[in-house]
Amino acid sequence: MLPLLARYADAIFWMARYIERAENLARILDVNETFARDEHGGRNWLSVIQLNADVERFEAAGGRGDAESVLSFYILDRGNPTSILWALRAARENARTLRPLISTELWAHINTLHNAVQVLGPGDIAPPKLSRLCSWIKNSCQAHTGIVEGTFYRDQSWIFYQIGRQIERADQTTRLLDIKYHILLPSIADVGSALDISQWNAVLRSAAGYHAFRRVHPRGLSPATVADFLLFNHGFPRSVAACVRELGVQLTDLKLKYMLSGGSEAMERLDEIQAVLLSRSVDTVISSGLHEFLDWTQRQLAALSDDLSRAYLSRERG
Amino acid sequence: MRIGHTVAAWKSDLSQIHHTYLGLLDSYSQGAFYDELFGPPDGPPNRAVRIRELVSGMVLSDLQRRARDAERELFNLGITFLILSDKGSVDRILPFDVIPRVVTAAEWDVLEAGTRQRVAALNHFLHDIYHDQRVLADGLIPAELVLGNRHYVPAMQGLDVPMNTYVAILGIDLVRDTGGTFRVLEDNCQVPSGVSYVVENRHLMQRAFPDFMANVGVRSVEEYGARLHNALCELAPAQVDDPRVVLLSPGSYNSAYFEHVFLAREMGVPLVEGQDLVVDDDRVFMRTTGGLARVHVIYRRIGDDFLDPEAFRPDSLLGVRGLMRAYRKGTVALANAIGTGIADDKAVYAYMPRLIRYYLSEEPILANVSTHICREPEGLAYTLAHLDELVVKPVGEAGGYGITIGPYATRAQLETRRRQLSDDPANYISQPMVPLSVCPTLTDTGIEPRHVDLRPFAITGKDTWVLPGGLTRVALRKGTLIVNSSQGGGSKDTWVLT
Repeated sequence: MLPLLARYADAIFWMARYIERAENLARILDVNETFARDEHGGRNWLSVIQLNADVERFEAAGGRGDAESVLSFYILDRGNPTSILWALRAARENARTLRPLISTELWAHINTLHNAVQVLGPGDIAPPKLSRLCSWIKNSCQAHTGIVEGTFYRDQSWIFYQIGRQIERADQTTRLLDIKYHILLPSIADVGSALDISQWNAVLRSAAGYHAFRRVHPRGLSPATVADFLLFNHGFPRSVAACVRELGVQLTDLKLKYMLSGGSEAMERLDEIQAVLLSRSVDTVISSGLHEFLDWTQRQLAALSDDLSRAYLSRERG
Repeated sequence: MRIGHTVAAWKSDLSQIHHTYLGLLDSYSQGAFYDELFGPPDGPPNRAVRIRELVSGMVLSDLQRRARDAERELFNLGITFLILSDKGSVDRILPFDVIPRVVTAAEWDVLEAGTRQRVAALNHFLHDIYHDQRVLADGLIPAELVLGNRHYVPAMQGLDVPMNTYVAILGIDLVRDTGGTFRVLEDNCQVPSGVSYVVENRHLMQRAFPDFMANVGVRSVEEYGARLHNALCELAPAQVDDPRVVLLSPGSYNSAYFEHVFLAREMGVPLVEGQDLVVDDDRVFMRTTGGLARVHVIYRRIGDDFLDPEAFRPDSLLGVRGLMRAYRKGTVALANAIGTGIADDKAVYAYMPRLIRYYLSEEPILANVSTHICREPEGLAYTLAHLDELVVKPVGEAGGYGITIGPYATRAQLETRRRQLSDDPANYISQPMVPLSVCPTLTDTGIEPRHVDLRPFAITGKDTWVLPGGLTRVALRKGTLIVNSSQGGGSKDTWVLT
């Protein structure tokens, strides 16, 4: 069995997370741009800030709440740990650490992407260009995923990559859902209106799930069916349930295939998350509060990430 | 369907003829220096005919475009070194010049034999000064020069290293004088660097200039990683069947990090930092996801002082506590050995020709740059008499600190130096200014001569192997002799012809 430096495992886990994060930030900004085109006006941009719990830092950074300052905060801000620029820089720093382990193609791609994002300026995030920029970032992150799929050596390092990606993806899907359900919650009168439906539509599309949703639900679209799809559908690769199931497979592989001990806390926590996901229906989740459910899921995923760090990735280990 | 010549094709043919006729090298003038593509300054060009033809037949704008593409590729591939400034850190590439430097097969035979000889003498010398000190007893080199040197490591006394290979990796800096003779300017024994550029420059040439390399027999540099790994395995503790080798780096903020990555990849070994290693029961382990895993050989890219805070500098955060204990027990091998830095010393360098004769009973194949040892009366007398022509170097310093360059120094500087020489002659050596050879180099305005040096690399486990190639550094600024990357230096691909 090839041993893997704990520091490398940590860098792999975070490289995967940061790329997935950058991709999803682009998705969220893109979908919000869609919302901002309707009569809600500029208020919607603040929702992104609330969603990421960044209100204090955003205000401290002198942000105003208009499209320009929010987009600048989330795309270009060098000092903002939740910006796309930050995520790609962190991904690239981790990739630098991993240079001995990853393919030159993977490294050159991430390095070039990082270099391109570094030189973006205010002109590149102007509203007419935003959608194209977000598409480009999404495509670039997906190209990364493709190069990983095609070149990454399949040993335990691959497992740590998958774990990082799935944790981040599940977390981001809950945020995407939250942006619509909690923050853009329409008044009771607006539920089911054309506007409401078009926003749910946009949420699905931003998760690139519209086509898949339509296969399951050829007709109709309701908040409950969309939430159900993004939370519980095992066939859709961005759903929380699909990510969590994948995590279960990976954690089991670490233990049985790679003989790594010490993951029992993480395993127990994952079992708990999985049990909750299996036992709840979307109706019970909505009636007892979707936002609270999403928040619980995010906290569980963060705790799982910490469990894994302690068990496998810590530099103090050994 | 072939339609025959189009107008564009005709134009292209005409431009080819036009440019061959003019020739990119036609107005090139090598000056009073030996030229790596033309030969001696006096006499007809006698080298590298095929490559001169190729370069001469190119269109300048095409050459410049391909050069830009090549440099962009270096940047995208992250073949960069980090420069720290007050604005944070920036990635810089080592500028790459697309016109190769050529070493003929006959020249290479001499360089290879000379490099082998130097490795052998250095290893004998290092073993001797850390064991019987015969060379000191015989008075060949002053004892205080060795024992009082800050790079001499007393902790290495009596410690046997596998196969007496102290210098597993050697890089020597060579310059070429007007007559075409290669001379050693410096030995790099402790942590020689630069080999990654040798290999990456070749890859770059193969991608950007496949037409240059067609029909020219150039020796491959691909083997370096495998050779290095083999040699390191040979140095492993004797009872280990399948040794685990690691490369110990100061980390990703070190300016040579790219090279560390390159070597770890080429060898397929983990690149570790001090924090990844731990010494337990005088054995070295690395921290893995599955717990501790034993390490047998460490290719260290950290200087002696920082290797072990317990044995050397206590403030070092880069090293591994207890490493020296494990090393003394022989449970782990280090390359290069601790204490090899003394052979990089300028004063010790001055004695190398004598050391080669002493240990090997052979004449040196590669000459030093003639060096006057000021601790010896005749050396001092000569230096004082020719102060305005010579380069005077303090022996203990590194990095060009405290050097006086006679022809460029002021009268006052020379007088100060004269006093210092008289007060403490043992602290100085002097050398003539070497008129470094030149090589045609692409500039903004055309192809011009620029000064170059050469650093070949030798790997030694049981035996010595010399990489057929080397790092050619080029001083990109007109007229300057300084090839260091920090001062406007770049590099070229080095072609050893078959």
